[in-house]
Amino acid sequence: MALLDISTLSIGYPPDKKLMENISLSLEAGQLIGLVGQNGVGKSTLIRTLCGLQPKLSGTVNLSETSIEDLSPKEIAKKISVVLTGRPESLNLSVLELVALGRHPYSGWLGNLKKADKEKIEESISLMEINYLAKKRLFELSDGQMQKVMIARALAQETDLIILDEPTSHLDLKNKIDVLHLLKKIAKSGKGVLISTHEIQLSAQVCDHFWCMDFGKEMLTGEPKKLIASGYLQEYLHIPKETLI
Amino acid sequence: MIESQIDKSRKKWRAIFLLLLFLLALGFILSISIGSVKIPFSHVWNYFGGSSENQIWDNIIHNFRIPKAITSILAGSALAISGLQMQTLFRNPLAGPFILGISSGAGLGVALVIFLGVWLGGFLEMAGVGRSWLLVGASGLGSFTVLSVVLIASFRIRSGISLLIIGLMFGSAVSAIVSILQYFSQAENIQAYVIWTFGSLGSLSWSELYVMLPVILISLLLSFLLSKPLNALLLGENYAESLGLNLKQARMLIIVNTSLLAGTVTAFCGPIAFIGLAVPHIARMLFNTGNHLLLTPLVILLGGILLLFFDIIAQLPGMDETLPINAITSLFGAPFVIWLILRKSNLNYRF
Repeated sequence: MALLDISTLSIGYPPDKKLMENISLSLEAGQLIGLVGQNGVGKSTLIRTLCGLQPKLSGTVNLSETSIEDLSPKEIAKKISVVLTGRPESLNLSVLELVALGRHPYSGWLGNLKKADKEKIEESISLMEINYLAKKRLFELSDGQMQKVMIARALAQETDLIILDEPTSHLDLKNKIDVLHLLKKIAKSGKGVLISTHEIQLSAQVCDHFWCMDFGKEMLTGEPKKLIASGYLQEYLHIPKETLI
Repeated sequence: MIESQIDKSRKKWRAIFLLLLFLLALGFILSISIGSVKIPFSHVWNYFGGSSENQIWDNIIHNFRIPKAITSILAGSALAISGLQMQTLFRNPLAGPFILGISSGAGLGVALVIFLGVWLGGFLEMAGVGRSWLLVGASGLGSFTVLSVVLIASFRIRSGISLLIIGLMFGSAVSAIVSILQYFSQAENIQAYVIWTFGSLGSLSWSELYVMLPVILISLLLSFLLSKPLNALLLGENYAESLGLNLKQARMLIIVNTSLLAGTVTAFCGPIAFIGLAVPHIARMLFNTGNHLLLTPLVILLGGILLLFFDIIAQLPGMDETLPINAITSLFGAPFVIWLILRKSNLNYRF
Protein backbone atom coordinates (compact mmCIF):
# COMPACT_ATOMS: atom_id res chain seq x y z
CA MET A 1 0.00 0.00 0.00
CA ALA A 2 1.40 3.36 -0.99
CA LEU A 3 1.66 5.93 1.81
CA LEU A 4 1.34 8.70 -0.73
CA ASP A 5 -0.30 8.35 -4.09
CA ILE A 6 -0.47 11.29 -6.48
CA SER A 7 -2.18 11.19 -9.85
CA THR A 8 -2.61 13.81 -12.60
CA LEU A 9 -1.90 16.53 -10.03
CA SER A 10 -1.56 20.17 -11.07
CA ILE A 11 0.06 22.62 -8.69
CA GLY A 12 0.42 26.39 -8.67
CA TYR A 13 -1.35 29.55 -7.61
CA PRO A 14 -4.81 30.42 -8.89
CA PRO A 15 -6.03 31.99 -11.06
CA ASP A 16 -3.38 31.70 -13.76
CA LYS A 17 -0.01 30.64 -12.38
CA LYS A 18 0.29 26.93 -13.04
CA LEU A 19 3.74 25.63 -12.06
CA MET A 20 3.46 21.99 -13.05
CA GLU A 21 0.77 19.64 -14.28
CA ASN A 22 0.06 15.95 -14.75
CA ILE A 23 2.20 14.78 -11.83
CA SER A 24 1.70 11.08 -11.02
CA LEU A 25 3.87 9.53 -8.33
CA SER A 26 3.76 7.20 -5.38
CA LEU A 27 5.79 6.78 -2.21
CA GLU A 28 6.03 3.50 -0.26
CA ALA A 29 6.83 2.90 3.39
CA GLY A 30 10.57 2.55 3.94
CA GLN A 31 11.52 4.81 1.05
CA LEU A 32 13.68 7.93 1.24
CA ILE A 33 12.96 10.11 -1.76
CA GLY A 34 14.81 13.21 -2.91
CA LEU A 35 12.91 15.94 -4.72
CA VAL A 36 15.37 17.87 -6.89
CA GLY A 37 15.18 20.70 -9.38
CA GLN A 38 16.20 24.31 -9.95
CA ASN A 39 15.14 27.18 -7.68
CA GLY A 40 11.61 28.30 -8.48
CA VAL A 41 10.60 25.14 -10.30
CA GLY A 42 7.93 24.37 -7.70
CA LYS A 43 9.47 21.98 -5.17
CA SER A 44 8.20 23.89 -2.15
CA THR A 45 4.82 24.39 -3.82
CA LEU A 46 4.53 20.64 -4.37
CA ILE A 47 5.47 20.02 -0.74
CA ARG A 48 2.98 22.58 0.53
CA THR A 49 0.26 21.08 -1.67
CA LEU A 50 0.97 17.56 -0.43
CA CYS A 51 0.69 18.69 3.19
CA GLY A 52 -2.62 20.41 2.58
CA LEU A 53 -1.13 23.85 3.33
CA GLN A 54 -2.08 25.03 -0.14
CA PRO A 55 -5.00 23.93 -2.37
CA LYS A 56 -4.17 21.87 -5.46
CA LEU A 57 -5.37 23.05 -8.87
CA SER A 58 -6.60 19.62 -10.01
CA GLY A 59 -5.88 15.89 -9.72
CA THR A 60 -5.84 13.66 -6.66
CA VAL A 61 -3.59 13.23 -3.63
CA ASN A 62 -4.23 10.09 -1.58
CA LEU A 63 -2.72 9.43 1.84
CA SER A 64 -2.81 5.69 2.64
CA GLU A 65 -5.64 5.36 0.09
CA THR A 66 -7.78 8.19 1.50
CA SER A 67 -8.17 11.38 -0.52
CA ILE A 68 -6.65 14.39 1.23
CA GLU A 69 -9.92 16.28 0.66
CA ASP A 70 -11.81 13.82 2.85
CA LEU A 71 -9.42 14.39 5.76
CA SER A 72 -9.73 17.11 8.40
CA PRO A 73 -6.61 19.18 9.18
CA LYS A 74 -6.19 17.15 12.35
CA GLU A 75 -6.39 13.83 10.48
CA ILE A 76 -3.84 15.06 7.95
CA ALA A 77 -1.61 16.06 10.86
CA LYS A 78 -1.69 12.44 12.03
CA LYS A 79 -0.54 11.21 8.63
CA ILE A 80 2.00 13.80 7.46
CA SER A 81 4.48 15.83 9.45
CA VAL A 82 6.62 18.57 7.92
CA VAL A 83 9.90 20.31 8.53
CA LEU A 84 9.94 23.61 6.66
CA THR A 85 12.90 25.82 5.73
CA GLY A 86 13.93 28.47 8.21
CA ARG A 87 13.80 28.64 11.96
CA PRO A 88 10.54 28.63 13.93
CA GLU A 89 9.27 32.15 14.55
CA SER A 90 9.50 32.12 18.34
CA LEU A 91 12.75 30.93 19.88
CA ASN A 92 11.71 31.29 23.50
CA LEU A 93 10.97 27.58 24.00
CA SER A 94 13.03 24.74 25.35
CA VAL A 95 13.94 21.87 23.05
CA LEU A 96 11.70 19.63 25.11
CA GLU A 97 8.74 22.00 24.76
CA LEU A 98 9.27 22.24 21.00
CA VAL A 99 9.41 18.47 20.50
CA ALA A 100 6.33 18.16 22.74
CA LEU A 101 4.43 20.39 20.29
CA GLY A 102 4.58 17.43 17.92
CA ARG A 103 1.95 15.79 20.14
CA HIS A 104 -0.49 18.60 19.32
CA PRO A 105 -2.87 16.49 17.15
CA TYR A 106 -3.15 13.85 19.89
CA SER A 107 -3.49 15.91 23.07
CA GLY A 108 -6.74 17.20 24.53
CA TRP A 109 -8.15 20.71 24.84
CA LEU A 110 -5.47 21.94 27.17
CA GLY A 111 -2.61 20.11 25.53
CA ASN A 112 -1.74 18.02 28.58
CA LEU A 113 0.72 15.21 27.91
CA LYS A 114 -0.12 11.65 28.91
CA LYS A 115 2.39 8.93 29.65
CA ALA A 116 2.32 7.64 26.06
CA ASP A 117 2.99 11.15 24.76
CA LYS A 118 6.01 11.56 27.01
CA GLU A 119 7.39 8.20 25.87
CA LYS A 120 7.00 9.17 22.23
CA ILE A 121 8.78 12.48 22.86
CA GLU A 122 11.62 10.72 24.63
CA GLU A 123 11.89 8.15 21.84
CA SER A 124 12.05 10.87 19.15
CA ILE A 125 14.76 12.74 21.04
CA SER A 126 16.90 9.63 21.44
CA LEU A 127 16.42 8.60 17.79
CA MET A 128 17.78 11.99 16.68
CA GLU A 129 20.62 11.67 19.22
CA ILE A 130 19.91 15.04 20.82
CA ASN A 131 19.37 14.01 24.47
CA TYR A 132 22.16 16.41 25.47
CA LEU A 133 20.13 19.33 24.07
CA ALA A 134 16.82 18.63 25.82
CA LYS A 135 17.07 21.45 28.37
CA LYS A 136 18.51 24.07 26.00
CA ARG A 137 16.44 26.91 24.67
CA LEU A 138 15.99 27.25 20.91
CA PHE A 139 18.00 30.45 20.52
CA GLU A 140 21.05 28.68 21.95
CA LEU A 141 21.12 26.08 19.18
CA SER A 142 23.34 25.99 16.10
CA ASP A 143 21.71 25.48 12.70
CA GLY A 144 22.65 21.80 12.68
CA GLN A 145 21.26 21.22 16.17
CA MET A 146 18.10 23.12 15.27
CA GLN A 147 17.50 20.95 12.23
CA LYS A 148 17.79 17.77 14.29
CA VAL A 149 15.42 19.21 16.89
CA MET A 150 12.88 20.10 14.21
CA ILE A 151 13.10 16.57 12.81
CA ALA A 152 12.59 15.17 16.32
CA ARG A 153 9.45 17.30 16.57
CA ALA A 154 8.20 15.81 13.28
CA LEU A 155 8.95 12.31 14.60
CA ALA A 156 6.99 13.01 17.77
CA GLN A 157 4.00 13.73 15.54
CA GLU A 158 3.99 9.96 14.89
CA THR A 159 3.13 10.08 11.20
CA ASP A 160 3.84 7.47 8.51
CA LEU A 161 5.08 10.16 6.18
CA ILE A 162 7.61 12.91 6.92
CA ILE A 163 8.23 15.68 4.41
CA LEU A 164 11.22 18.00 4.76
CA ASP A 165 11.86 21.15 2.71
CA GLU A 166 15.62 21.50 2.19
CA PRO A 167 16.69 19.86 5.45
CA THR A 168 20.39 20.24 4.62
CA SER A 169 20.51 23.94 3.74
CA HIS A 170 22.71 26.19 5.92
CA LEU A 171 24.47 23.15 7.42
CA ASP A 172 28.18 22.32 7.31
CA LEU A 173 29.28 19.17 5.52
CA LYS A 174 29.38 17.02 8.64
CA ASN A 175 25.90 18.07 9.71
CA LYS A 176 24.56 17.54 6.19
CA ILE A 177 25.84 13.97 6.26
CA ASP A 178 24.54 13.48 9.83
CA VAL A 179 21.06 14.68 8.95
CA LEU A 180 20.86 12.60 5.76
CA HIS A 181 21.94 9.47 7.62
CA LEU A 182 19.42 10.09 10.38
CA LEU A 183 16.72 10.47 7.72
CA LYS A 184 17.84 7.21 6.14
CA LYS A 185 17.59 5.57 9.55
CA ILE A 186 14.04 6.93 9.94
CA ALA A 187 13.05 5.59 6.50
CA LYS A 188 14.50 2.17 7.34
CA SER A 189 12.37 2.08 10.47
CA GLY A 190 9.36 1.86 8.15
CA LYS A 191 8.32 5.45 7.50
CA GLY A 192 8.17 7.24 4.18
CA VAL A 193 10.50 10.25 3.94
CA LEU A 194 10.41 12.92 1.22
CA ILE A 195 13.06 15.64 1.13
CA SER A 196 13.61 18.48 -1.28
CA THR A 197 17.31 19.14 -1.74
CA HIS A 198 20.04 20.83 -3.76
CA GLU A 199 22.64 18.50 -2.29
CA ILE A 200 22.62 16.16 -5.32
CA GLN A 201 25.81 14.22 -4.72
CA LEU A 202 25.28 13.60 -1.01
CA SER A 203 21.62 12.70 -1.31
CA ALA A 204 22.28 10.42 -4.30
CA GLN A 205 24.12 8.17 -1.87
CA VAL A 206 21.21 7.77 0.55
CA CYS A 207 17.99 8.32 -1.46
CA ASP A 208 16.14 5.36 -2.93
CA HIS A 209 14.64 7.51 -5.65
CA PHE A 210 14.90 11.00 -7.04
CA TRP A 211 11.87 12.92 -8.22
CA CYS A 212 13.26 15.50 -10.60
CA MET A 213 11.39 18.62 -11.70
CA ASP A 214 12.07 20.95 -14.62
CA PHE A 215 10.14 23.84 -16.15
CA GLY A 216 7.48 22.64 -18.61
CA LYS A 217 8.53 18.98 -18.51
CA GLU A 218 7.08 15.80 -17.06
CA MET A 219 8.47 14.71 -13.68
CA LEU A 220 11.56 12.48 -14.07
CA THR A 221 11.83 9.62 -11.57
CA GLY A 222 14.32 6.83 -10.96
CA GLU A 223 17.28 5.63 -8.96
CA PRO A 224 19.72 8.49 -8.44
CA LYS A 225 22.82 6.68 -9.72
CA LYS A 226 21.12 5.53 -12.93
CA LEU A 227 19.72 9.01 -13.55
CA ILE A 228 23.19 10.51 -13.17
CA ALA A 229 24.92 7.85 -15.33
CA SER A 230 22.41 8.36 -18.13
CA GLY A 231 22.85 12.13 -17.96
CA TYR A 232 19.08 12.79 -17.73
CA LEU A 233 19.42 14.32 -14.28
CA GLN A 234 22.05 16.80 -15.45
CA GLU A 235 19.76 17.73 -18.33
CA TYR A 236 16.88 18.39 -15.94
CA LEU A 237 19.11 20.47 -13.69
CA HIS A 238 20.61 22.38 -16.65
CA ILE A 239 24.21 21.59 -15.73
CA PRO A 240 27.10 20.07 -17.71
CA LYS A 241 27.06 16.26 -17.63
CA GLU A 242 30.55 15.96 -16.14
CA THR A 243 29.73 18.00 -13.00
CA LEU A 244 28.07 14.91 -11.52
CA ILE A 245 29.79 11.58 -11.76
CA MET B 1 14.52 11.65 31.73
CA ILE B 2 11.54 13.74 30.68
CA GLU B 3 9.37 12.47 33.52
CA SER B 4 11.92 13.48 36.16
CA GLN B 5 12.48 16.86 34.56
CA ILE B 6 8.76 17.61 34.52
CA ASP B 7 8.40 16.54 38.17
CA LYS B 8 11.28 18.75 39.19
CA SER B 9 9.83 21.77 37.44
CA ARG B 10 6.36 21.07 38.84
CA LYS B 11 7.65 21.83 42.36
CA LYS B 12 9.18 25.09 41.20
CA TRP B 13 5.98 26.20 39.46
CA ARG B 14 3.83 25.35 42.47
CA ALA B 15 5.99 27.66 44.61
CA ILE B 16 5.78 30.45 42.03
CA PHE B 17 2.00 30.26 41.77
CA LEU B 18 1.59 30.23 45.55
CA LEU B 19 3.78 33.32 45.81
CA LEU B 20 1.75 35.12 43.14
CA LEU B 21 -1.54 34.23 44.85
CA PHE B 22 -0.12 35.56 48.12
CA LEU B 23 0.90 38.84 46.44
CA LEU B 24 -2.57 39.14 44.92
CA ALA B 25 -4.20 38.69 48.34
CA LEU B 26 -1.75 41.16 49.90
CA GLY B 27 -2.45 43.74 47.19
CA PHE B 28 -6.20 43.28 47.66
CA ILE B 29 -6.01 43.89 51.41
CA LEU B 30 -3.65 46.87 51.00
CA SER B 31 -5.82 48.39 48.33
CA ILE B 32 -8.85 48.20 50.63
CA SER B 33 -6.94 49.61 53.59
CA ILE B 34 -5.39 52.59 51.83
CA GLY B 35 -7.26 55.65 50.59
CA SER B 36 -8.00 59.29 51.18
CA VAL B 37 -10.18 58.44 54.20
CA LYS B 38 -8.02 56.82 56.88
CA ILE B 39 -9.53 53.52 57.96
CA PRO B 40 -7.51 51.57 60.54
CA PHE B 41 -6.38 48.15 59.46
CA SER B 42 -8.13 46.56 62.43
CA HIS B 43 -11.45 47.85 61.07
CA VAL B 44 -10.82 46.32 57.65
CA TRP B 45 -10.13 43.05 59.43
CA ASN B 46 -13.35 43.34 61.44
CA TYR B 47 -15.33 44.18 58.29
CA PHE B 48 -14.42 40.82 56.79
CA GLY B 49 -15.03 39.16 60.15
CA GLY B 50 -18.60 40.46 60.06
CA SER B 51 -18.53 42.67 63.14
CA SER B 52 -18.61 46.40 62.50
CA GLU B 53 -18.61 49.45 64.72
CA ASN B 54 -18.51 52.26 62.14
CA GLN B 55 -21.23 52.48 59.49
CA ILE B 56 -19.48 55.17 57.42
CA TRP B 57 -16.26 53.18 57.17
CA ASP B 58 -18.23 50.05 56.29
CA ASN B 59 -20.00 51.98 53.59
CA ILE B 60 -16.70 53.22 52.13
CA ILE B 61 -15.23 49.74 52.14
CA HIS B 62 -18.31 48.07 50.69
CA ASN B 63 -19.30 50.58 48.05
CA PHE B 64 -16.00 52.07 46.98
CA ARG B 65 -12.88 50.20 47.98
CA ILE B 66 -13.92 46.61 47.32
CA PRO B 67 -15.42 47.36 43.87
CA LYS B 68 -12.29 49.30 43.05
CA ALA B 69 -9.93 46.52 44.14
CA ILE B 70 -11.93 43.94 42.18
CA THR B 71 -11.98 46.23 39.15
CA SER B 72 -8.21 46.63 39.33
CA ILE B 73 -7.65 42.88 39.41
CA LEU B 74 -10.10 42.20 36.58
CA ALA B 75 -8.81 45.01 34.38
CA GLY B 76 -5.17 44.11 34.96
CA SER B 77 -5.71 40.42 34.26
CA ALA B 78 -7.90 41.04 31.22
CA LEU B 79 -5.56 43.55 29.57
CA ALA B 80 -2.45 41.49 30.28
CA ILE B 81 -3.83 38.26 28.87
CA SER B 82 -5.25 39.94 25.80
CA GLY B 83 -1.85 41.55 25.22
CA LEU B 84 -0.17 38.15 25.47
CA GLN B 85 -2.58 36.61 22.98
CA MET B 86 -2.17 39.45 20.48
CA GLN B 87 1.64 39.27 20.73
CA THR B 88 1.59 35.55 20.04
CA LEU B 89 -1.10 35.69 17.35
CA PHE B 90 0.91 38.25 15.37
CA ARG B 91 4.26 37.05 16.71
CA ASN B 92 5.05 40.72 17.28
CA PRO B 93 6.58 41.96 20.55
CA LEU B 94 5.02 45.41 20.06
CA ALA B 95 1.45 44.16 19.82
CA GLY B 96 -0.95 44.85 22.67
CA PRO B 97 -4.66 44.54 23.40
CA PHE B 98 -5.46 47.70 21.45
CA ILE B 99 -3.39 46.94 18.35
CA LEU B 100 -6.45 46.16 16.23
CA GLY B 101 -8.07 49.49 17.04
CA ILE B 102 -10.32 48.39 19.90
CA SER B 103 -9.55 51.43 22.08
CA SER B 104 -9.79 53.83 19.13
CA GLY B 105 -13.28 52.51 18.43
CA ALA B 106 -14.21 52.91 22.09
CA GLY B 107 -12.74 56.42 22.04
CA LEU B 108 -14.84 57.37 19.03
CA GLY B 109 -18.00 56.10 20.73
CA VAL B 110 -17.25 58.13 23.85
CA ALA B 111 -16.25 61.20 21.86
CA LEU B 112 -19.50 61.08 19.90
CA VAL B 113 -21.52 60.85 23.09
CA ILE B 114 -19.66 63.72 24.75
CA PHE B 115 -19.42 66.08 21.78
CA LEU B 116 -22.76 65.36 20.11
CA GLY B 117 -24.40 65.01 23.52
CA VAL B 118 -23.32 68.53 24.36
CA TRP B 119 -24.56 69.73 21.00
CA LEU B 120 -27.97 68.12 21.58
CA GLY B 121 -27.81 69.59 25.06
CA GLY B 122 -27.30 68.32 28.48
CA PHE B 123 -24.47 65.78 28.57
CA LEU B 124 -22.26 67.74 30.94
CA GLU B 125 -25.21 68.29 33.25
CA MET B 126 -25.89 64.56 33.36
CA ALA B 127 -24.52 62.92 36.46
CA GLY B 128 -24.28 59.61 38.23
CA VAL B 129 -25.58 56.33 36.95
CA GLY B 130 -27.13 57.50 33.68
CA ARG B 131 -23.95 59.20 32.54
CA SER B 132 -21.66 56.31 33.35
CA TRP B 133 -23.88 53.71 31.62
CA LEU B 134 -24.12 55.97 28.57
CA LEU B 135 -20.32 56.09 28.37
CA VAL B 136 -20.09 52.31 28.86
CA GLY B 137 -22.60 51.70 26.08
CA ALA B 138 -20.98 54.13 23.66
CA SER B 139 -17.53 52.75 24.28
CA GLY B 140 -18.69 49.14 23.98
CA LEU B 141 -20.53 49.87 20.75
CA GLY B 142 -17.46 51.62 19.32
CA SER B 143 -15.21 48.67 20.16
CA PHE B 144 -17.74 46.24 18.73
CA THR B 145 -17.91 48.12 15.41
CA VAL B 146 -14.14 48.00 15.02
CA LEU B 147 -14.10 44.33 16.01
CA SER B 148 -16.73 43.46 13.38
CA VAL B 149 -14.72 45.06 10.60
CA VAL B 150 -11.50 43.34 11.72
CA LEU B 151 -13.29 39.98 11.89
CA ILE B 152 -14.68 40.33 8.37
CA ALA B 153 -11.15 41.17 7.21
CA SER B 154 -9.75 38.15 9.06
CA PHE B 155 -11.97 35.81 7.05
CA ARG B 156 -10.74 37.22 3.76
CA ILE B 157 -7.06 37.47 4.61
CA ARG B 158 -4.59 34.68 5.17
CA SER B 159 -1.58 36.62 6.33
CA GLY B 160 -1.52 37.80 9.92
CA ILE B 161 0.68 40.78 9.11
CA SER B 162 -1.86 42.15 6.59
CA LEU B 163 -4.56 41.86 9.23
CA LEU B 164 -2.36 43.71 11.71
CA ILE B 165 -1.82 46.56 9.24
CA ILE B 166 -5.56 46.77 8.49
CA GLY B 167 -6.24 47.02 12.23
CA LEU B 168 -3.65 49.78 12.61
CA MET B 169 -5.00 51.73 9.62
CA PHE B 170 -8.55 51.43 10.85
CA GLY B 171 -7.51 52.54 14.33
CA SER B 172 -5.73 55.64 13.06
CA ALA B 173 -8.60 56.58 10.74
CA VAL B 174 -11.01 56.34 13.68
CA SER B 175 -8.68 58.46 15.85
CA ALA B 176 -8.63 61.07 13.12
CA ILE B 177 -12.41 61.42 13.37
CA VAL B 178 -12.01 61.97 17.10
CA SER B 179 -9.46 64.73 16.40
CA ILE B 180 -11.92 66.46 14.06
CA LEU B 181 -14.65 66.26 16.70
CA GLN B 182 -12.24 67.73 19.25
CA TYR B 183 -11.20 70.51 16.89
CA PHE B 184 -14.78 71.78 16.70
CA SER B 185 -15.50 71.43 20.42
CA GLN B 186 -15.53 73.61 23.49
CA ALA B 187 -12.74 73.36 26.02
CA GLU B 188 -14.85 71.74 28.73
CA ASN B 189 -15.98 68.94 26.40
CA ILE B 190 -12.42 68.26 25.39
CA GLN B 191 -11.52 68.13 29.05
CA ALA B 192 -14.29 65.59 29.71
CA TYR B 193 -12.95 63.47 26.86
CA VAL B 194 -9.32 63.75 27.93
CA ILE B 195 -10.23 62.74 31.47
CA TRP B 196 -11.90 59.62 30.04
CA THR B 197 -8.66 58.78 28.20
CA PHE B 198 -6.74 58.93 31.50
CA GLY B 199 -8.53 55.80 32.63
CA SER B 200 -10.20 55.29 35.95
CA LEU B 201 -10.57 52.22 38.13
CA GLY B 202 -12.62 53.81 40.89
CA SER B 203 -15.81 54.81 39.11
CA LEU B 204 -17.53 51.42 39.08
CA SER B 205 -20.53 50.69 41.24
CA TRP B 206 -21.62 47.19 42.13
CA SER B 207 -24.28 47.25 39.41
CA GLU B 208 -21.62 47.90 36.78
CA LEU B 209 -19.33 45.34 38.33
CA TYR B 210 -22.07 42.71 38.07
CA VAL B 211 -21.92 43.16 34.29
CA MET B 212 -18.14 43.38 33.97
CA LEU B 213 -17.30 40.50 36.31
CA PRO B 214 -19.02 37.60 34.45
CA VAL B 215 -17.89 38.80 31.01
CA ILE B 216 -14.26 39.00 32.10
CA LEU B 217 -14.35 35.72 34.03
CA ILE B 218 -15.79 33.80 31.06
CA SER B 219 -13.20 35.28 28.71
CA LEU B 220 -10.41 34.45 31.15
CA LEU B 221 -11.61 30.83 31.18
CA LEU B 222 -11.69 30.80 27.39
CA SER B 223 -8.10 32.09 27.47
CA PHE B 224 -7.00 28.86 29.12
CA LEU B 225 -8.53 26.87 26.28
CA LEU B 226 -6.69 29.05 23.76
CA SER B 227 -3.29 28.16 25.26
CA LYS B 228 -2.88 25.10 23.08
CA PRO B 229 -3.52 26.82 19.71
CA LEU B 230 -1.31 29.73 20.84
CA ASN B 231 1.54 27.33 21.56
CA ALA B 232 1.22 25.91 18.05
CA LEU B 233 1.26 29.45 16.64
CA LEU B 234 4.66 30.05 18.26
CA LEU B 235 6.19 28.04 15.42
CA GLY B 236 4.53 30.16 12.75
CA GLU B 237 1.29 29.83 10.82
CA ASN B 238 2.48 27.09 8.45
CA TYR B 239 3.70 24.82 11.22
CA ALA B 240 0.54 25.48 13.22
CA GLU B 241 -1.58 24.36 10.27
CA SER B 242 0.59 21.31 9.69
CA LEU B 243 -0.07 20.37 13.32
CA GLY B 244 -3.76 20.22 12.55
CA LEU B 245 -4.76 23.69 13.76
CA ASN B 246 -7.69 25.31 11.99
CA LEU B 247 -5.94 28.62 11.48
CA LYS B 248 -8.90 30.86 10.62
CA GLN B 249 -11.06 29.48 13.40
CA ALA B 250 -8.28 29.82 15.98
CA ARG B 251 -7.51 33.36 14.83
CA MET B 252 -11.17 34.34 15.03
CA LEU B 253 -11.53 32.92 18.54
CA ILE B 254 -8.39 34.72 19.70
CA ILE B 255 -9.52 38.04 18.22
CA VAL B 256 -13.03 37.76 19.70
CA ASN B 257 -11.63 36.78 23.09
CA THR B 258 -9.05 39.58 23.29
CA SER B 259 -11.56 42.14 22.03
CA LEU B 260 -14.11 41.05 24.58
CA LEU B 261 -11.53 41.44 27.34
CA ALA B 262 -10.00 44.71 26.15
CA GLY B 263 -13.32 46.16 24.99
CA THR B 264 -15.07 45.45 28.30
CA VAL B 265 -12.25 46.93 30.34
CA THR B 266 -12.11 50.00 28.11
CA ALA B 267 -15.86 50.47 28.30
CA PHE B 268 -15.83 50.52 32.11
CA CYS B 269 -12.40 51.95 32.93
CA GLY B 270 -11.24 53.82 29.85
CA PRO B 271 -8.17 52.98 27.76
CA ILE B 272 -5.68 51.76 30.35
CA ALA B 273 -2.25 51.73 28.79
CA PHE B 274 0.97 49.82 29.40
CA ILE B 275 -0.36 46.74 31.25
CA GLY B 276 -1.35 44.88 28.09
CA LEU B 277 1.90 45.60 26.31
CA ALA B 278 4.33 45.12 29.18
CA VAL B 279 3.00 42.37 31.46
CA PRO B 280 3.50 39.56 28.89
CA HIS B 281 7.16 40.63 28.51
CA ILE B 282 7.58 40.89 32.28
CA ALA B 283 6.16 37.37 32.69
CA ARG B 284 8.39 35.90 29.98
CA MET B 285 11.47 37.57 31.44
CA LEU B 286 10.79 36.82 35.09
CA PHE B 287 9.80 33.21 34.58
CA ASN B 288 11.79 32.40 31.46
CA THR B 289 9.16 30.50 29.53
CA GLY B 290 7.26 30.87 26.27
CA ASN B 291 4.85 28.03 26.97
CA HIS B 292 1.28 29.35 27.07
CA LEU B 293 0.03 26.62 29.37
CA LEU B 294 2.18 28.35 32.01
CA LEU B 295 2.15 31.89 30.65
CA THR B 296 -1.65 32.18 30.66
CA PRO B 297 -2.11 31.82 34.44
CA LEU B 298 1.16 33.69 35.10
CA VAL B 299 0.11 36.68 33.02
CA ILE B 300 -3.42 36.74 34.46
CA LEU B 301 -2.07 36.80 38.03
CA LEU B 302 0.74 39.22 37.29
CA GLY B 303 -1.56 41.65 35.45
CA GLY B 304 -3.98 41.74 38.38
CA ILE B 305 -1.20 42.16 40.94
CA LEU B 306 0.56 44.95 39.06
CA LEU B 307 -2.57 47.00 38.42
CA LEU B 308 -3.56 46.62 42.09
CA PHE B 309 -0.19 47.96 43.23
CA PHE B 310 -0.14 50.71 40.58
CA ASP B 311 -3.56 51.78 41.81
CA ILE B 312 -2.27 51.89 45.40
CA ILE B 313 0.57 54.16 44.24
CA ALA B 314 -1.93 56.34 42.34
CA GLN B 315 -3.81 56.86 45.63
CA LEU B 316 -0.71 58.67 46.90
CA PRO B 317 -0.98 57.09 50.36
CA GLY B 318 -1.12 59.75 53.02
CA MET B 319 -2.38 62.51 50.71
CA ASP B 320 -5.78 63.70 49.60
CA GLU B 321 -5.09 63.74 45.86
CA THR B 322 -5.11 60.78 43.45
CA LEU B 323 -3.25 60.64 40.16
CA PRO B 324 -4.66 59.26 36.90
CA ILE B 325 -3.98 55.51 36.68
CA ASN B 326 -2.55 55.75 33.16
CA ALA B 327 0.22 58.07 34.32
CA ILE B 328 1.22 55.68 37.09
CA THR B 329 1.23 52.47 35.03
CA SER B 330 3.77 53.89 32.59
CA LEU B 331 5.72 56.05 35.02
CA PHE B 332 6.45 53.16 37.38
CA GLY B 333 6.10 50.32 34.90
CA ALA B 334 8.57 51.51 32.28
CA PRO B 335 11.62 51.71 34.60
CA PHE B 336 10.70 48.27 35.93
CA VAL B 337 10.72 46.76 32.42
CA ILE B 338 13.98 48.53 31.56
CA TRP B 339 15.56 47.21 34.76
CA LEU B 340 14.39 43.70 33.88
CA ILE B 341 15.93 43.89 30.42
CA LEU B 342 19.24 45.23 31.71
CA ARG B 343 19.62 42.40 34.20
CA LYS B 344 22.37 40.13 32.98
CA SER B 345 20.16 37.09 32.64
CA ASN B 346 17.80 38.87 30.23
CA LEU B 347 20.31 40.43 27.84
CA ASN B 348 19.52 37.51 25.52
CA TYR B 349 15.77 37.87 25.98
CA ARG B 350 13.95 36.43 23.01
CA PHE B 351 10.36 37.12 22.33
